Order: sequence, then structure tokens, then C-alpha cells
Amino acid sequence: MNMLKLPVYLDHNATTPCDPRVVEAMLPYFTDQFGNAASRNHPFGWHAEEAVDYAREQVAKLIGADPKEIIFTSGATESDNLAIKGVFDMYASKGNHIITATTEHKAVLDTCKHIEKQGAEVTYLEVNPEGLISLEELESVIKPSTILIAIMYANNEIGTIQYVREISKIARKHGVLFFTDGTQAVGKVPVDVNSDGIDLMAFTSHKMYGPKGVGALYVRRKNPRVKVTSQMDGGGHERGMRSGTLNVPGIVGFGKACEIAMQDMESDNARIAKLRDKLETALLKLEEAYVNGSRESRLPQVTNISFKYVEGEGLMMGFNKDIALSSGSACTSASLEPSYVLKALGLGDDLAHSSLRFGLGRFTSEEQIDFTIEQVSRTVIKLREMSPLWEMFKEGIDLNKIEWAHH
Amino acid sequence: MAYSEKVIDHYSNPKNVGTLDKSSKNVGTGLVGAPECGDVMRLQIEVDEATGVIKDAKFKTFGCGSAIASSSLATEWLKGKSVDDALKIDNMDIVEELNLPPVKIHCSVLAEDAIKAAINDFRKKNGMEEVRFNEKVIH
Repeated sequence: MNMLKLPVYLDHNATTPCDPRVVEAMLPYFTDQFGNAASRNHPFGWHAEEAVDYAREQVAKLIGADPKEIIFTSGATESDNLAIKGVFDMYASKGNHIITATTEHKAVLDTCKHIEKQGAEVTYLEVNPEGLISLEELESVIKPSTILIAIMYANNEIGTIQYVREISKIARKHGVLFFTDGTQAVGKVPVDVNSDGIDLMAFTSHKMYGPKGVGALYVRRKNPRVKVTSQMDGGGHERGMRSGTLNVPGIVGFGKACEIAMQDMESDNARIAKLRDKLETALLKLEEAYVNGSRESRLPQVTNISFKYVEGEGLMMGFNKDIALSSGSACTSASLEPSYVLKALGLGDDLAHSSLRFGLGRFTSEEQIDFTIEQVSRTVIKLREMSPLWEMFKEGIDLNKIEWAHH
Repeated sequence: MAYSEKVIDHYSNPKNVGTLDKSSKNVGTGLVGAPECGDVMRLQIEVDEATGVIKDAKFKTFGCGSAIASSSLATEWLKGKSVDDALKIDNMDIVEELNLPPVKIHCSVLAEDAIKAAINDFRKKNGMEEVRFNEKVIH
């Protein structure tokens, strides 16, 4: 029997630890092999360039792309910005209409808001209670001026996986580019840019056991050839699409992380999904506990559960010394607004406040899951004893009929 | 954001969790906040008819650790105070005692509101005029 390792980290949708194999691959590039990949005239530069080329192949391979289609960036936020702003600028003569969804990451939504001020027209699609967009609605809002559909592959809060292949078929049919934020999906589930019909895709290293501060934008080169206008001026690195000295150690680590993901994905996922299901089944045995988002079309390592009548941050406080996870509760953000993703599913604010996101990972053990089940269940029960809403619910009072003093 | 020791202590060992008989003439109940806002506090006081002193106080709270701690602390402070003295409890006293950060000040305001609501409920039941308060500006 393995020992229980504390604290338990169940926030893998926020970030993942570096795999030791990744760190090992990176180390020489901080010291001996420190060259600038753009230095063409000496071995230091050549070695760095070789390392970057090799990593570019590793990254491309994971998503079924050509290495020339990989643009290295500082992370998914930059890639999201480059894709959306870059397409908006490059294809301005063709149109100004972009279609996205209300549950996208802020890096996409805020970028869309930004270009709206510059004359873009953006349609924000609603999602159903499973977190999925309607394909019929998507097709119906396409018009001659539509240049881009930006729909994420998998959602960061609930793990819902969109019907990417269906979306790309619609995009193709209407001659519109399809960009997907693959941050949560790449390295977690099989993603193939050709069979998925993706034209541009943002993804990042630190969600798949690589280092932070490095990501990529996939930009299709054939059928169709896609171009984006660079958003930073400088030395014209990355085929002119992203200037800036390459983060060689980071890129090497990213490459290694992709290689490991490709090799271990199947076995990792089988094990992690089993643990996730065990956790979910056990927690759903509590009264008034509900899974948020689709349970069918979903990443294998995440579950988002609302425990009605207890508040998420209050709940986490019961075990946050030992278990790290996230809540859709308002109290965890400075805005005091609960998660916009959960609200977009049609959840009332009260349920959004009561949610916890459990994100499992490569190094999560069964002992840790057993411990989490025990701690979370115990705290939910304890806090319900303390909750006036739970007492009213148990007395059969309809909470929707109470006139709450909104402050 | 780390919690202060006192918040953790009240959260882990809350004082006076429970329910008093809200139909009793001597019990005042204050229910403040809203589920959509992520905080609901119910605070109850039981007043000794002869002395006008609060002899018992109970709470139940739906909310974050700071909301739970604020209401737990409020019940502790209420016990043994006269109703008039109880009215003098200010939310900033709670902020100071619990070292609440600015983002959690609304928890203390809610606790103060709950105290006032409970007192007014008690006054109303006993044929006294409700005390009017100036609204605190929060959020």
C-alpha cells in the first residue's frame, strides 16, 4: 500500500507540475547550451536552433501538424491574442465578423472585446446546460463578412469538449477559418489538426507537465494556407509571425512534454478517468450534489460539482491545508461575481457559488482520491449543519419564494 | 489569500451554531444576505424579559470562512450584552478583531446587519418601534 502524499494537488486545469523527465531535458539549455537560436554564425546558435527544431517536431507530432506550422509563443494567452487579432488584421479586406461562445476563456473573450473597439463584429453563442454550443445556431449566424469561428476545444472549468469536427465542417463549408483554444485539450485527449479540421490552435506547455511561459500557435499552411499579422514588432522570428528571442529551455521542455504526453496519454487517461469516476461517484452520494457540464463529452481528468446550500470558498477552507482545488464561487475572485461559465450553463448564482472543480493529473494517487472523498464529504456535511439554507430546504421551504434582502 | 488565525479558529470551532425558537416572543431573528450573493446569515438572540439582557445567541451561515467567522464572533459578543449595547456593535470592530482583508469587509457588514435585523425583530414582537439605521455603503 502506498503512503498518502499531502498536500493533494487537484488543480491540474490551472497548471501542472513539470514532469522530472521534462526538467532533465531542459537543464543543459540553461548553462552549456545557452545559445540564441537566431545566432547563425557559431555553434552556440546552431545547437540552440537544432534543439528548437527538434522540439518543434515533437510538438507538431502530438497534434498531427507539420513542424513549419508551429509558432512558439509565451503561452496560450499570447497565442489566443495572436490568432484572433492576427486573423482580424490579415483578413480585414474579407470581413470583420467573428463568432465565438460565452464560455470561452477570458484570453479569447477579452481579445474579442478589444477588437470590437476596432470595428470587429462579434457574435457570442450561448451554450446549453451541458456546455455545448448549438451547431445549427452556429451555421445560422455565419454571414458573408464572417472570417473566423473561435470555439475552444475543451472548457477549463467544466471540461466539456465541443463537437470540434462538426464545427470545422461547418467552417469549411462556408469558407470561414476555424480557430480553437486547445489549452485544456492538447496533451490530455487525442487532437489531430487534420482530422479535426483545425486552421489555428492555441495551446500551452504548463497544462501538460511542461514549464510555464511557453506555448504555441498552430497555423495551417495548406488547404487553406492561413496567415496572421504579427502583433509584436521585432526581429521577425517564427516566420515573421512572432518576434522575440526564442525561450530555448522552455521550448525544449515543451517538446519533451509533448513527446511524453503522446507516449503516455492512453495509459494515463485510463488510470486518471477511473480515479475521477471514483471521486465523482462517491461525492454524488451526498444529497443535493450535481455535476456541472456534460458528463459524456468531457475531459477524462476533471469533474465540476455543485454542493447545494454550501458555499464553495467556505467549503474549501475546510481542507485547503491538505487539498488544493478551485471553486466557481465569487469569493475566490476579486469581482465577487461567481463563475460566468457556470452561469452560462443556466445555473443560478447560488449553485455557481457552491461549485468545486476537481482536476486530477498524472501524479494523482488513489490514496489521495480516497482522502479527498473523505475530507470533502465530511466538510459538506459539517457546513450544511451550519447552513440556514440547508435547514430551510430540510423544512421544505422553497428558497426561491423568499424575498432576499439583496445587498 | 491566507486567512487570519482567528478566522480559522472560528471556522474550525464555530461558537453558537444552532437554532432558537423563532416563534418565541423573547427571540429575535435576523436573516440577511441572499443565496445569489454567496452569503446568507441567520442570527438569533434570546432576550431575558426581566433584565433586557441577551442571554443566548445562535447563528447559521451560508458563506465563506470570513462570513462564518464574523457571525460566530457576533454571537459571542452578543451574549451577556443588553439589547441597547448590542446595537453599538460596529462592523469595523469585527474587521479589526478578525483581521479581515478589504475584500471580506462585506462579511462584517452582513454580520452587523444581522444583529440589527434580529434586534428589530425582537422589538417588533414586543410592541416596540423598529430602530432605523443608515444604510452602510458596501460593494
